[in-house]
Amino acid sequence: MRALSPRPAPRSVPRLAALLPALLTSTGLSAAPDPADWPAVLEEARGQTVYWYAWAGDQRTNDYIDWVAGRVDERFGIDLEHVKVGNTAEAVSRVLAEKQAGNDDAGNVDLIWINGENFAAMKESDLLFGPFARALPNFALTRPADNPEVVTDFTLPTEGYESPWGRAQITYYYDSDAFRGDSHERLEDSDALDTPPQSIHELLDWAQANPGRFTYPRIPDFTGSTFLKQALIELTDRDEALYAPVEKSDFAAVTAPLWDYLDALHPHLWRSGRQFPASGPELRSLMGDGALTLAFTFIPSEPAAAVADYELPESTRSYVPASGTLGNVHFVAIPYNSPHQAGAMVVADYLLSPEAQATKQDLDVWGDRTVLDVAQLPAEDRARFALDQANPAMLPAGALERTLPEPHPSWMTALQDAWQDRYVGQ
Amino acid sequence: MMLRLAPMLIVTLLVAPILAGLAMALLPAFGYLPALGGEAFSLAPWRALAAQPGIGRSVAISLAGGLVATAISLSVVLLYLAAASGSRLDRWIRRLVSPLLSIPHAAAAFGLAFLIAPSGLLARLASPSMTGWERPPDLLIVQDPWGLSLIAGLVIKEVPFLLLMSLAALPQLDAERRVAMARSLGYRPAIAWLKVVAPALYPLIRLPVFAVVAYASSVVDVAMILGPTLPPTLAVSILTWFSDPDLDQRFLASAGAILQLGVTATALLAWWGLERLMASLMKAWIARGGRRRGETSLHLTGKLWILLATGVAFAGLGGLAITSVAGFWRFPEALPRSVTPDHWAQALPALGGPLASTALIALGATLLAAVLVLAALENEQRTGRTASKALWLLYLPLIVPQIAFLFGLVVVMEQLGTRPTHGLIIFGHLLFVLPYVFLSLSEAYRRIDPRWTRLALTLGASRNAVFWRVRLPMLLAPLLTACAVGLAVSIGQYLPTQLLGAGRVTTVTTEAVSLAAGGNRRVIGVWALVQACLPLVGFVIAIGLPKLLWSNRRGMQGAP
Repeated sequence: MRALSPRPAPRSVPRLAALLPALLTSTGLSAAPDPADWPAVLEEARGQTVYWYAWAGDQRTNDYIDWVAGRVDERFGIDLEHVKVGNTAEAVSRVLAEKQAGNDDAGNVDLIWINGENFAAMKESDLLFGPFARALPNFALTRPADNPEVVTDFTLPTEGYESPWGRAQITYYYDSDAFRGDSHERLEDSDALDTPPQSIHELLDWAQANPGRFTYPRIPDFTGSTFLKQALIELTDRDEALYAPVEKSDFAAVTAPLWDYLDALHPHLWRSGRQFPASGPELRSLMGDGALTLAFTFIPSEPAAAVADYELPESTRSYVPASGTLGNVHFVAIPYNSPHQAGAMVVADYLLSPEAQATKQDLDVWGDRTVLDVAQLPAEDRARFALDQANPAMLPAGALERTLPEPHPSWMTALQDAWQDRYVGQ
Repeated sequence: MMLRLAPMLIVTLLVAPILAGLAMALLPAFGYLPALGGEAFSLAPWRALAAQPGIGRSVAISLAGGLVATAISLSVVLLYLAAASGSRLDRWIRRLVSPLLSIPHAAAAFGLAFLIAPSGLLARLASPSMTGWERPPDLLIVQDPWGLSLIAGLVIKEVPFLLLMSLAALPQLDAERRVAMARSLGYRPAIAWLKVVAPALYPLIRLPVFAVVAYASSVVDVAMILGPTLPPTLAVSILTWFSDPDLDQRFLASAGAILQLGVTATALLAWWGLERLMASLMKAWIARGGRRRGETSLHLTGKLWILLATGVAFAGLGGLAITSVAGFWRFPEALPRSVTPDHWAQALPALGGPLASTALIALGATLLAAVLVLAALENEQRTGRTASKALWLLYLPLIVPQIAFLFGLVVVMEQLGTRPTHGLIIFGHLLFVLPYVFLSLSEAYRRIDPRWTRLALTLGASRNAVFWRVRLPMLLAPLLTACAVGLAVSIGQYLPTQLLGAGRVTTVTTEAVSLAAGGNRRVIGVWALVQACLPLVGFVIAIGLPKLLWSNRRGMQGAP
């Protein structure tokens, strides 16, 4: 048993280490915790304060993190503090500034909510602790052998440097009422109502017929950039190029159809494409105002949640086009200079527990989909993951099965730069 | 002794961090940042900066926006003072100045955005009856590419600041007698004020005006809410580059920070040129001797503009208040379909921590600033020297753009090994609180009749006793007002709190800005209101306490 494996340090040292990290690390007494020795990790984690840098633009997410903080305090004696950031890159910047200043063992960031280009940037600059993910006891529940997306982040293997937390997928939503037209020409249920566009080509036709009723967040916003990738995947016939670094292909040739498409689409967008909303949430408020009829989000349950929060009308409906949409997994990672790596690992593990994952997926709490392989869970755990199909704003069952994988992260940056060169300051 | 060190201490506290921060921006701007592999100096960051799409436009908007916003704010204030001195409107506006000044920029900007947006309150009130709009019209109003809404947002916040500064300076000028003199020569009142008081007033408020030019050309939060987006203003672009996950962008951002410094310096220089131009124009206008022409229109515009500026600010807050309790509220309904306390109920449990931090930091920074300022002013009284040259240094934190030195300052702090604590943030806020406290208090302190001191000294009181028992009680009202200004400044700080606190210390303002990223207008409404009301508490105390303490001494209750 691992619990019995001898550990050179006496029992009181980990607790002391939690109290005086600066002192101990400067004298080199506390080594990084060994993820393979889980009981020792649990022991060391007790009493630690874990600073979790996580995007805080959504009240529901914040409330969920607050709930997690209560649970890990009860169960593991960890004081979890949510450090609210507007942009994950702020946390990356901070770790970088610390490395720059030679602070290699008493960093401020213990845990980061991360994926994609932020992860790629941190990993490339050796700013991460690990590998640790495979050593987390609950990690096995994700069954990575059958679900490669939990160990792949934008085509990059995570190699255990981040632990999966939740899933996102582009989901379109629209106001079914607005499809009935204005008050003087209102259509009834019996009339043939428009159907929302089912592909990127249909989207262009739809936008031409409904000028000013659709838009996407301006680049380099995350949601907006994802829309570019989605459009590119649907438009280009060289899909395989997208899953290798961008330098390996002819960028201009691969993306030419995308720019032709956007040039055609922009005049029919909101504000005639001269202005774009800042973010996905701003897109949502434009929907709430009735300025837009059709929008999309990266969080499948967001429309239903927004209806409950009075932000969107009850006539809101969600769908995933027949051709499928981009989806990815988001993760948590631990910086290399975190003084509370043991505590951070215990939190990452708790986030993967059926209890935490089921609560997260509950539409009344947050609605973020689980990364666990639900079909393989014991029956009593499986029941907790049942989705609320009665909610009309929710996606129909099975809609999220048509998931397209994310391109290599270098495409995101290249597309963002090209978009800005083309459309900024014109 | 201790007192004599105070001016030195103030200057060190203000100047050293700024210079250190600028240095740490300057090195990476020329390619030197060993942690990122920048070992040699190069011009590559500048070439990258020049190649940024829309960079020319960003710079132009920052520059022009700063100048235009300042020119409009100053005109509104001067015209108002010319037109309304002594009227009933004047008494009202004077009462509103402090609360208006205390509304944080971000809250005022949210309010304005909500008022004028195509889906905003004004469009809702007029729709569909007058406009026929059933959906928000597809108009580019907020975040327009010319920066007009940004300028409007800046004007509604800078007018109260310049007004307060003018009201503080006016008593030195004996404006009433000047106007009376001009009127006896046949000048109509508003023209008389502009011709005989304004030229004397301007030199006294010149530094605050420069601070407005600098602020308006480098503002971040207001520009994020109201400014253009494709491309945004230079300061907003810099913030984006600094927070780009591609760490090589840090060089570009540093070059941008130095460029921002140049843009602000250019704006100040241009303003100085405008001053010369206006001076000769004014001279010609005064020398021409016109006594009546334009009086009526001056009178009207003077009153209308200030009413518009204050009205818009308060209407925006009103709009925020309605949104914060709104249920579903679709365009073009003028009022929400239902009212719900849900948004407040959700926010209240989360309010405690940020409120406590905000109060701790604001009180800490303000008390420190007040002690230092009192020490410096008392030293001035005792030695009889005014530190007029050091005054420019006092303005340094207000004139050097925050975005240009704060990132460098974080690196410096990291290198010194300081941990992000409330103390560090208090120190950071002190940079911005101290100048305002000094500006608010110095005039009142210097104007105290020296005969009181002499009288007390002849009665055998020591110098210290004079300070504690004569000067301080007499100055209670202006001191509390200065502290209220300090509190308001501290409460409104975003960048210093976020950067120096490593994001770990949340205040009401950082919370409001990070929630703004979520775009839920109702939640924004709740936090912006909390943010706007908090500084008000300070002003209520500042006005109420002297009235309570000195209820039997009318002359010490301070201005109404």
